[in-house]
Amino acid sequence: MGRLADRFGGRLGAARSGAGGHRGARPSGPAGRADGATGPEDPVGDGPWGPSPVIEVRSLRKTYGHGDATVRALGGPPSARVGPDGGGDGVDLVVEQGDYVAVMGSSGSGKSTLMNILGCLDVPTSGRYLLDGIDVGGLDEHQLSLVRNRKIGFVFQSFNLVPRTPALAQVELPLAYAGVRAAERRRRALAALALVGLADRVDHRPNELSGGQQQRVAVARALVTAPAMLLADEPTGNLDSRSTGDVLAVIDRLNAAGRTVVLITHEDEVARHAKRVLRLVDGQIIADVRQAPADGPPPALLDPAAFPSSPAPGAHAATPVLTGSPLDGGASR
Amino acid sequence: MNPVEILRFAVGGLAANKVRSGLTMLGVLIGVAAVIILLAVGNGSSQSVKDSIEKLGTNALTVTSGGGFQSGSSAQGTKPLTVDDARALADPADAPDIASVAPEVTTSQTAVYDGTSHSVSQVVGTYPAYFKTSNSRVDKGDYFSADDVLNSRKVAVIGSTTATDLFGTVSPIGKKVVIGGTPFTVVGELATKGGTGFQDPDDTVIAPLPTVQNAFTGFGSLSQILVEAKSSSATTKAQNEITTVLMGTHGIKDASDVDFQVSSQQSLLDTQSSTNKTFTVLLGAVAAISLLVGGIGITNIMLVTVTERTREIGIRKAIGAPRGVILGQFLAESTLLSLIGGGLGVVAGLIGSRFTIVGIRPVVIPSSVWGAFAIAVAIGLFFGGYPANRAAGLRPIEALRHE
Repeated sequence: MGRLADRFGGRLGAARSGAGGHRGARPSGPAGRADGATGPEDPVGDGPWGPSPVIEVRSLRKTYGHGDATVRALGGPPSARVGPDGGGDGVDLVVEQGDYVAVMGSSGSGKSTLMNILGCLDVPTSGRYLLDGIDVGGLDEHQLSLVRNRKIGFVFQSFNLVPRTPALAQVELPLAYAGVRAAERRRRALAALALVGLADRVDHRPNELSGGQQQRVAVARALVTAPAMLLADEPTGNLDSRSTGDVLAVIDRLNAAGRTVVLITHEDEVARHAKRVLRLVDGQIIADVRQAPADGPPPALLDPAAFPSSPAPGAHAATPVLTGSPLDGGASR
Repeated sequence: MNPVEILRFAVGGLAANKVRSGLTMLGVLIGVAAVIILLAVGNGSSQSVKDSIEKLGTNALTVTSGGGFQSGSSAQGTKPLTVDDARALADPADAPDIASVAPEVTTSQTAVYDGTSHSVSQVVGTYPAYFKTSNSRVDKGDYFSADDVLNSRKVAVIGSTTATDLFGTVSPIGKKVVIGGTPFTVVGELATKGGTGFQDPDDTVIAPLPTVQNAFTGFGSLSQILVEAKSSSATTKAQNEITTVLMGTHGIKDASDVDFQVSSQQSLLDTQSSTNKTFTVLLGAVAAISLLVGGIGITNIMLVTVTERTREIGIRKAIGAPRGVILGQFLAESTLLSLIGGGLGVVAGLIGSRFTIVGIRPVVIPSSVWGAFAIAVAIGLFFGGYPANRAAGLRPIEALRHE
């Protein structure tokens, strides 16, 4: 574990500084961000090529079955015509730090497959995937579990909370796997729950929480390790419009605080919250639309009036501000 | 991820399904308790046989007729044991190491008293020396005397079982009881010997030798001669003297051609304990099988648990649980099941072996307690290993898709 922690050390530091500050006056432009990432508190830096993207995917393909029964879930047919994104065979995708990407597509378009691969839950058939600068393809099972623990925060459509476990323990779980001590774990889990507005529900079990509250617990669990990116698979798919607004508001604020978010959805309403929208058809990216600059605040916070379903940022005034919050302690020991 | 944390997860997992966990533990509990109790019963029975044989006196020797196994050819020349043989043995000049001699005839008769009938398994006709040699003490009344023997009086000393069956709570002393058609006056009741095996040593009637011979067996051969050596260290010498004397009276020249057997209590003890060892091993095997079944129960329940919690395993893996932690959690669950089940089984076994079971007072073998407990825990580890490994080996994506 130590070996890998060393390997991750610099990267985690970079991710932390990227996620940590810049809420109030976020400098615009890549130069400003590079400065932030290689600040004095982070001497390791990101190498001679500047900050690495959180996600860098090259000709990613995923097939199921063999021979005639082969199904291409991602990347399209091997000899397909060149797609609109110019990627040809396989999916190419680069997501910068602080970006807020919505992946859209009808069911069967490969968006869940993409999400599983990005989340290191599944392995691609071919192609390269660099997560926060680390080539995931070369990692063994134990290292992958570390990557899932430290680099990725999952939010699932069906919440996927551990049954019969109180909210606080749910949120502490990833920290427990990361080996954080009990007192520290509790402090950070409470902070994360406060951040999603559930400070008064820490002892509730999943069956005692509404869908929206369960999903917010899941969000708290996803962000408690201060991961490089938040990966949400249709996080609002099972929620009513009010809860949808609550959850999206939390995600918006997280992104505004610098957390990279990749969100999979088939609802345009949800996709409107993103800074960048990708459309997936038959395993190929056919459209890539930028709605807001990657290093600015997300559209919902820029223009709250356009998003009537989501509460104004001030609605959760009691929740702590992300900057300097205990969450930024990082997951590495 | 420290072991305490893993243990906490495991306890949580078990507590989530209390009935199931409890029943699984019950399987192990029964297995462990069965091993402890059955081995204790086996041990207790051999212990009590040993005790009752020792009670008989280790300086007692038994002479029986017959040449033993190796000399079937001499069967036609076998001379039965007679009262004359016994008299010869009682001669202190020829057999200085013999303290007393009691010739014995044994039969089985039905005793009737006041309409109550009881089948006595052992009606013994003998001399008063029998009481001391066979460690039979009279509790109420008195022994019959040498005078009773000489005069063939119809008196009897009865065992406690016989007394209870015939007379109930009434004192039998002085009562007339009809044994096999002959009326006997009860002069004494023996103290309860207690004992095990197929024959109740307290179900007996002891009467003067000529009386029993006259009434039932006839004045022919004796069943056996009970000889008491002067001390337990003199039994070997006494044994040799018996052989010499009886070879003389039976006119046998070759020592390998004897038509009688002299057995000491020690040899009886050896035979008995080897029989008991077999008995104990059989009981232990039955108990071990039940322990094994308990172990398979653990596997079964853990497999069900893993299948049922596949999704949970997927969630845990998605949020970064390493393989080792999942493996540890499920292994800890199965080991906890066997540990608690085994611990309770030890308690149940120790409590259970405080009771008398089918007339046997169980004597716990300490090594069986440790052994059963250790095997139970090892079974938990071993049988939990497969399901735990399966849980840990699940791919997160498949586990998450599991419904």
